[in-house]
Amino acid sequence: MIVGNAISQTLRQLGRNPMRSGLTTLGILIGVAAVIAMIALGRGATARVTRDLSGLGQNLLFVVPGAPGSGGMGARAVTRPFDPGDATAIAREVRGVAAVAPTVSLSAVAVYGGASRRTMITGSTAAYLDVLAWQLAAGRGFTDAEVRVGASVCLLGATVRRDLFGALDPVGAIVRVGTLSLRVVGTLRGKGTSTFGQDQDDFVIVPLATHQRRLTGSHEVDALFLSGAPGADTGRIRDDIEALMRTRRRIHVGDPSDFTVRDMKEVAATVASITGVLGSLLAAIAAISLLVGGIGIMNIMLVAVSERTREIGIRLAIGARGRDVLAQFLIEAVMLSALGGIAGIVLGLGASWAATSKLGMPFPIDVTLIALPFGFSAAVGVVFGFFPARKAARMNPIDALRHE
Amino acid sequence: MTAPLLALRQVTKIYGSGEAEVHALRSIDLEVGAGEFVALMGPSGSGKSTCLNILGCLDVATAGEYWFRGVAVSRLDRDQLALLRRSYLGFVFQGFNLLARTTAVENVELPLVYRGVGRRERHQRALTALAAVGLAGREHHTPNQLSGGQQQRVAIARALVSKPSVLLADEPTGNVDSARGHELMALLAGLNRERGITIVMVTHEPDMAAYGSRIVRFLDGRIASDQAVDHGAAA
Repeated sequence: MIVGNAISQTLRQLGRNPMRSGLTTLGILIGVAAVIAMIALGRGATARVTRDLSGLGQNLLFVVPGAPGSGGMGARAVTRPFDPGDATAIAREVRGVAAVAPTVSLSAVAVYGGASRRTMITGSTAAYLDVLAWQLAAGRGFTDAEVRVGASVCLLGATVRRDLFGALDPVGAIVRVGTLSLRVVGTLRGKGTSTFGQDQDDFVIVPLATHQRRLTGSHEVDALFLSGAPGADTGRIRDDIEALMRTRRRIHVGDPSDFTVRDMKEVAATVASITGVLGSLLAAIAAISLLVGGIGIMNIMLVAVSERTREIGIRLAIGARGRDVLAQFLIEAVMLSALGGIAGIVLGLGASWAATSKLGMPFPIDVTLIALPFGFSAAVGVVFGFFPARKAARMNPIDALRHE
Repeated sequence: MTAPLLALRQVTKIYGSGEAEVHALRSIDLEVGAGEFVALMGPSGSGKSTCLNILGCLDVATAGEYWFRGVAVSRLDRDQLALLRRSYLGFVFQGFNLLARTTAVENVELPLVYRGVGRRERHQRALTALAAVGLAGREHHTPNQLSGGQQQRVAIARALVSKPSVLLADEPTGNVDSARGHELMALLAGLNRERGITIVMVTHEPDMAAYGSRIVRFLDGRIASDQAVDHGAAA
């Protein structure tokens, strides 16, 4: 009853000072909206990274030249590449490996009719599509015979297909790369832009042997991509590959490896944890604005208590206990911040929906994203409203009544 | 001799401390019986208002005892004092002390809110109380739409609505003209006579004090005189 009365009293009180109430509420509104937007963006980014990385293939591992942590910048010059034997050795000797795709890449111009595009020409085996989870949009993949003999065939990434052929059907057409004429046997379904902003579809695949003989002129392999069998322990596979490759490359015990084996799951976990940390950091910064909003509420409640000292005196004189007065001012503070919280939730969800859809992220809305900030804003009201309310409740009735 | 409703025993009130110490009340004894209408008089600073505030449980004595219906008020805590005010006391102040921008009927309902009276009954009792003080038809006026005399009537209605046993009035006619003052006093005297409400009132106007049944005069924190009013002469 007293609570119901206090709520109607509060609504009237807030209505008397719409400007003041509005501005006080605005502090909480902005805080809550910012927290929601930051959490949603953080989660969206994490979800996007996870989705993109899982799009790279199940149980993906890759082996690249260069010591772990050397970063690759200039490392290529001093490190030895791999040879095709490494791929077959891994496939043969490491348990749980489903397929290995040795790759070599080179930037070159692909030409069809009047159209051309500088793109990445990747040489690999038939396993490449499976290992990296590429799907055919049209045509077929390489046959084993084409890979073995180094046939002049190619597969087009979605970007290259669009640039060279537009609406035309490229399967069966001949694309020129340098002096090489390649017959298009298939096209790949697009994966879009990667987490790091690269166009993943800007490439042409040719059989490894074709690439080595006709483009680079060497037997070297730049990188090995491999997929673990379903349910295989990728950590163990990584360790086995490390051991095998050290033996094959005759690295002495104790010397550092001049190559790196990476498990995509680890990379995904690392990137996800980075975006997670970034998201939390942003949310923490946003929470500071909620704190500032809370201080605003405390400030305005202190003003209200001192403005309404006489009213407090009257209430105490006619039988209100300290706790009745405390409840009244606490309810007022909580209502201020909860109103701000509700408006902030609406604004925050709207803003994060707009931002995530513009950035092509999933919109990870769930009940915690609403309940948590709402509870938090109400808690801010309780915490920051308590001190002013207690000040009111502890007033001496006669002093309060005499207050001018 | 009947047991007193209110009894102050050796009550002393000291404000401030050290050099700034002010002795508002110096060990006074005062008894008020049920149904009395007592006027407390005296010059400014004589202690009459302090005495009223202590009687009204708005202030506590520095020393001495206050017995309310045989209960030692001096030993009650803040909440218990509030409950005592809520259940037995009604207040009328010089400055009316109504909630601004709140209608007359809502002001009158307020004590009942704290008593946990339901909305409908609250409203009904407030309307009855307003009618009893002659304000029927003005229930939905806010204080600034009412004259001083009318505001004081609202305050009296608010004091009455919880059916208190004692009504404490601090210069109730201090902010209204003399004609309105006499009307208010007639109202209070009528309530005392017809409903048996005990009234303790502070005033410095002798012709207002004359409405009471007893006049207690304060001087320098002590009771200087305490006499019954001869109504044959006062009228």
